[in-house]
Amino acid sequence: MTDQSVIEPSGSKPSKRFSRGNIILYGTLIVVSMYYLLPLYVMIVTSLKGMPEIRLGNVFAPPIEITFEPWVRAWAEACTGINCDGLSRGFWNSVNILIPSVVLSIAIASVNGYALAHWKFKGSETFFTILIIGAFIPYQTMLYPIVILLREIGLMGDLAGLVLVHTVFGMPILTLLFRNYFTSIPEELFKAARVDGAGFWGIYFRIMLPMALPIFVVAIILQVTGIWNDFLFGVIYTKPETYPMTVQLNNIVNSVQGVKEYNVNMAATLLTGLVPLIIYFISGKLFVRGIAAGAVKG
Amino acid sequence: MSSVSIRNLDLSFGAVDVLKNLNLEIAEGEFLVLLGSSGCGKSTLLNCIAGLIDVSGGQIHISGRNVTWEEPSDRGIGMVFQSYALYPQMTVEGNLSFGLKNQRMPKDQIAQRVARAAEILQIEPLLKRKPGALSGGQRQRVAIGRALVREADVFLFDEPLSNLDAKLRTDLRVELKALHKQLKNTMIYVTHDQVEAMTLADRIAIMRDGKIQQLDTPSVIYGKPRNKYVADFIGSPSMNFFEGDLSAEAGSCVFEGPDFTLPLTSYEFETPQIGRRKAWLGLRPEHIVTGEAAAAADLSADTIVDIVEPMGSDTLVWVNFGGKPIRVRTDGQSDLEPGDTLRIGLQSARASIFDHQSEDRL
Repeated sequence: MTDQSVIEPSGSKPSKRFSRGNIILYGTLIVVSMYYLLPLYVMIVTSLKGMPEIRLGNVFAPPIEITFEPWVRAWAEACTGINCDGLSRGFWNSVNILIPSVVLSIAIASVNGYALAHWKFKGSETFFTILIIGAFIPYQTMLYPIVILLREIGLMGDLAGLVLVHTVFGMPILTLLFRNYFTSIPEELFKAARVDGAGFWGIYFRIMLPMALPIFVVAIILQVTGIWNDFLFGVIYTKPETYPMTVQLNNIVNSVQGVKEYNVNMAATLLTGLVPLIIYFISGKLFVRGIAAGAVKG
Repeated sequence: MSSVSIRNLDLSFGAVDVLKNLNLEIAEGEFLVLLGSSGCGKSTLLNCIAGLIDVSGGQIHISGRNVTWEEPSDRGIGMVFQSYALYPQMTVEGNLSFGLKNQRMPKDQIAQRVARAAEILQIEPLLKRKPGALSGGQRQRVAIGRALVREADVFLFDEPLSNLDAKLRTDLRVELKALHKQLKNTMIYVTHDQVEAMTLADRIAIMRDGKIQQLDTPSVIYGKPRNKYVADFIGSPSMNFFEGDLSAEAGSCVFEGPDFTLPLTSYEFETPQIGRRKAWLGLRPEHIVTGEAAAAADLSADTIVDIVEPMGSDTLVWVNFGGKPIRVRTDGQSDLEPGDTLRIGLQSARASIFDHQSEDRL
């Protein structure tokens, strides 16, 4: 027997690459990702095909001749009703809805959360409870009352009205998010700042805000995806000229004159989904960190 | 003139009274320690002095000014917290100057004060660092510096050393004492650590259930505790207690324990005692003498050693006396073994006697 046949265990334990656990783990991961990626693949492939090629019926086949014409048509030429200027109008409508809604709702909710976490006033707990209950009321029950409300203040059909609705409906969940996050910031820090002479806004802007970046990222992602993907409020509280992108997408896909242009529909859908997708990609890591920070404590 | 004066202070949260009619006068330049177990209201009292909690009744005066309704920043106080509470996104310099910037102090004056505080606390090399890059001891030094730059009349410490490890705690404790000697500010210091209290304080206020049990110098609190609670709380290992009867006649007083009688020849009563009453006798482990000295004591007895706990500097011996195990502190070089016979001596001069009912010192 040579010395080499007896290896004393030392150092890090060798790991088996094809152990049973690994096979099950990676097998499951592959199946699940196929489940999500395959439809996406079909959409992308179809959007790059011309109509003659689509009629051949090979859904999974890659395009023989790549064409970007469906994307151009979806963006600039697709017809909804009498308007034939594509999704571009809806895109800009959505942007005009999105930016003020996100900025406004997060600005208000972060101050709300900060006040509820650190400046407890008489009845603040009750106030918070009422606000949270708001998150559990089905939107449908409030649709008509809001129509009346918007009509009375003259914002029905106006983008400003929709911004108001999004801001209000974002409030419960965002306030909860910010309150929990700010509660996790030690109270002593807040006390120290008070001894140092900082007031309500001083502490908010100079102490709390710089520490709250992760939760702001979470809030931005929640609001951007939520508001961008919103269909219900958009279709009810706006009119055809101010329809957001999602409503317009629906109208393009569901219009039934002539041939169904699958490639244009796919391109339009992908275009609509692009904004939330980009947001996820650029802020993925921060998002996970923020969710963990906001959710665990409180 | 007293530096801090607390008059008839009340604080209640809903139906719960946290502080009840509390009075406290703290002299200028005094180092006062608020000592008590958790939940006794000591930190709450400190927060009231700082203005971080609104009081329900009474007044707080600092440097002769009624500050009961003032904002924390206008009270002329600096505060140091247990968790350091440094602003994580600012450098050490930013942390030190934050309060001064809020006062809109001129830049050169801020720089001057920060430099001085950094010099006193020897944190000059750390000024450009962020708190995350500092050790616990350094962080607490910065936190003290933040109180220092305010040049406040009164420093408030809320268990500042509790988060540090044992060695660092001892070092910083000595530094704090030196700092107080140098600055001569009034300092109010909250702790649950009796060693910190004994070593740092000019006077200690022992608190329980929102009331001050005893307010006196460390030596008086240790030697003549006002009541059984204080006696039990101060001293480690804690005092031995015996239940029995105090029998007092003109000229001769004795304490009759379960199976012993201690003549109180040299005990100083707070008030002259006549007659017979139930009472507690308290004896500190270090005041029970052994060996040859035992023979000269007011009462001596042979006891059987039960457990021996060597602690290095001295040895704690559990012996059976008066029907129960009691602690006796002996020399560190003791070679006693369980089962040995140990002669102990009880001295009335250093004993404490408390009424059985009220538990107040007699």
